Parts: sequence; C-alpha cells; structure tokens
Amino acid sequence: MASTQSLEDTKSMGRLPSAKTSLAAITGVMMLVDLYLIFMVAPTDAVLGHVQRVFYFHVPIAIMSFLAFFVVFLGSLMYLIKRTPKWDAIAHASAEVGVVFVTLALITGIIWARPVWNTWWTWEPRLTTTLILWLIYVAYLMVRSYAPTESKGAIYAAVMGIIGFVDVPIVYYSVVWWRSIHPSPVVGPFAQSDALDGTMALILLYSFITFVFFFAYMVAERMALRNTEEALGRIRFVLRRGER
Amino acid sequence: MNGLVGPILVMVWKDILLELRSRDLVVSVLVFGLLVVVVFNFALNNAPGRAEELAPGILWTAFAFAAILAMNRAFVRDQEQGGLEGLLISPVSRDAIFLGKALTSLIFMLLVEAALLPVYAVMLDFSALSFNLILTIFLGTLGFAVVGTLFSAMAVQTRSREIMLPVLFFPVVLPVIIAAVEASTRAVGGETFVGLGRWLPLIGVFDALFLVICPWIFAFVVEE
Repeated sequence: MASTQSLEDTKSMGRLPSAKTSLAAITGVMMLVDLYLIFMVAPTDAVLGHVQRVFYFHVPIAIMSFLAFFVVFLGSLMYLIKRTPKWDAIAHASAEVGVVFVTLALITGIIWARPVWNTWWTWEPRLTTTLILWLIYVAYLMVRSYAPTESKGAIYAAVMGIIGFVDVPIVYYSVVWWRSIHPSPVVGPFAQSDALDGTMALILLYSFITFVFFFAYMVAERMALRNTEEALGRIRFVLRRGER
Repeated sequence: MNGLVGPILVMVWKDILLELRSRDLVVSVLVFGLLVVVVFNFALNNAPGRAEELAPGILWTAFAFAAILAMNRAFVRDQEQGGLEGLLISPVSRDAIFLGKALTSLIFMLLVEAALLPVYAVMLDFSALSFNLILTIFLGTLGFAVVGTLFSAMAVQTRSREIMLPVLFFPVVLPVIIAAVEASTRAVGGETFVGLGRWLPLIGVFDALFLVICPWIFAFVVEE
C-alpha cells in the first residue's frame, strides 16, 4: 500500500518539474530584466540619491508578504473546513515564503529608513504592524513544528493562520491610534507617495509583477519539497517495517 | 440555553474546587505579581512624581505575564490525568467546554488582579478606586482569557509548552495591551468615561470578535 503510494508520488514528482521549471525560467529572466531596469534605467532620485533604488525591492516585497499571509489565511480556513492536505500544503509553503519576505521587507526598510528618516527604526504603524506580522507567522511555523503529530501541527498552524490574519487589522489600528498621541521625533515623509515620476512608477509596477512570479515559484518549490519529504517519510516507514 | 449554561457552571465549579484544594495557581500568580512590581520599580527608576505615568504600564505588564502563568496551567491538570478526554466524550458541546474554561480563567485572573490592584495602588501611588479603571481591567482580562484559553489548549499539547503559549499569545493580544495601557493611563489621570476615547471600544471589539471565532476554532483544536 505504502509502496504503491510512493510510486505514484514519484510519478507525480516527475510531472511537477516541467511546470515548476518553466516558472523558474520566467522568474529568472524577469528578475534579470528587473535588476537592469532598477540599476540602469530608473532615474536617480533627486533628493535621496541611489539609496532610493532599494524602494523597487522594498515595496513589492512588503506588499507580497501581506498577500502571502492572505494566502495562508485562505489555505488555513479551507484546510479546517475541507481537510484536504493540499490546502495545508499551500498555507504552509506560503507562510514559510511569507516569513522570508517579511524579513526582507524589514531589512530593506531598515536600510532605507537610515538615510531617509535618519534612524534605523521608528514605531511607525506600518513598521510596527510588519514586525507583529513577522512574530505571528514565526509563531505559526513554531507551533507547527512543536506539535505532537504532523496532523495536529497542521491544525494548530491553521488556527494561528486564521487568528493571526483576523488580528492584523486590529493591531494596525491600535498602533495608528497609539501613534497619534505619541508623536515620535522622527517625521516620516513618504517621499515616494507624492512625487513618483512616470518611469519610476512603471518600473515599480514591473518589479511588483516580477515578485509575484518569484513568490509563486518559491511556493511551488516549497510544495514540491514537501511532497518529496512525505515520499521520503513513506519510504523510510516501509524500510523500517522491512527490517523488523 | 440551559444546555450551554449548565455544563459551563459545572466546569467552572470543578476547576474552582480543584483550586480550593490545591491553592497552587492563585497563590503562585499572586506572588509573581508582587515580584513584578518590585522588579519594575528598580528597572524603570520609579522616582516620586513619575508613578502616574509608569503605573499603567507596570500594571498591564504584570497582568499580561500573570495571565500567561495562569493560562499555562489551565489545561495542564486536565491533560495530565486524562480529564480532557473525559470532557470531550461527555455529551457537552465544545462551545460549553471552551466557554467554561475561559470563564474559569477569567475568574482566577480577576481574583488575582483584585488582590494585586490595591497593593499596586499603594506601592505605585495611584488611585485604584475608579470605575473606568476597573472596567478597563475587566475588558482587557476578558480578551486575555478568551484568546489565552484557545492557545492554551494548543500549547499544552506541544513540546516546551511553557514557551509556546507566550509566543502565540503576545503578538495576538498586543492591541489589548496597547488599548488597556492607554485607557488605564486616562482612568488613573481621572478622565471620564468619554475621556477614555476609542480605547475601550477597541478592547470591546477585540473581545467580541474573538468570543465568536475562538469557540468555533476550539472544536478543531481538541478533536482527535
């Protein structure tokens, strides 16, 4: 039984790469073009200089990380209702990639904040919410791996995926209101929002699409990895039973 | 209605009886609460005159950590002696089990807070006799109890459960902590109910939202 399953799995694994590899190829080409556009084509910001280019990475990554956690929420909800492992696999992969994206968004944000706001960090609503988001989804991954069994881990993670997502808007508003009464010495002019020249806006849009592909590729890769892990687990199980 | 309220009361009474016989939870959390105020007094250099500005922060840090201590224990007794399985087999809805557990935790925490509040008022020099402050404490603790009960049911099953609960709990209840500190600062400063602004409604929305979501999700957490 188990061996036929793993055989079927190997077959499906043989099919998977073609779609995934083409996604990888598209992402790779788009990413190279994106780098060219960002460093060669995009005009240098008159006020901020070259450091402003980090913005073409920072904004798409930050938006993608929020989208990633929307996917986690949907996957978690569907998993609790339908109980098909596919939904859990989507939520799990999206959460892992999402945590990487949030980490990158925080790091690129810090790199940008230093020259623009003259500080590494400020308890601004968007920054604070992003940090809390990071903490929530790290907890998501932790509770999954600390659970007694894999199926329990999937359920616990789904619980955090739903609660965390519902909580994020409340976190955001509480920090916005908190900020309005605790003005920090740093004034944060969002240089990009008022004065964004046409080329800059187009490159930003292209960069965003690139990161959507990048995200989809990473999620597909992570899901394939999980398939392999499960197949390996079954093979190990069969082998161990054979030894006895 | 009787099908929900009856079992809830029985569950609460069961946990209160257990607590009356052992007294380990309330006493240990109380002592912990006293230690927190001593530590913060030195950590934040609580000079005279600064108390009113620091007290709400100290109060809620103590309450939040005390909540973690209490919630960590909420399911341990049931888990260790197989009581939870018995509860799940019994013809009681999952909602009743969740609400019973949450109500027990709420009662324990409110008891501890009621004992700590006068002590804090004396040590930190602020007036605790404020309806707004007490309302804030009640609403904030309700939020802790609801979310904490759900996470506690999960954390008790995981490895290193003492760490898992705060990791799950703190990021999610952060809005409650922010709003409770802000509302308490105003209440201690003598503001009227209207003067508390949006902070109490914010906690109210949080409580209502999770009172709806958590019982539903709890059924998935405890299923076999």
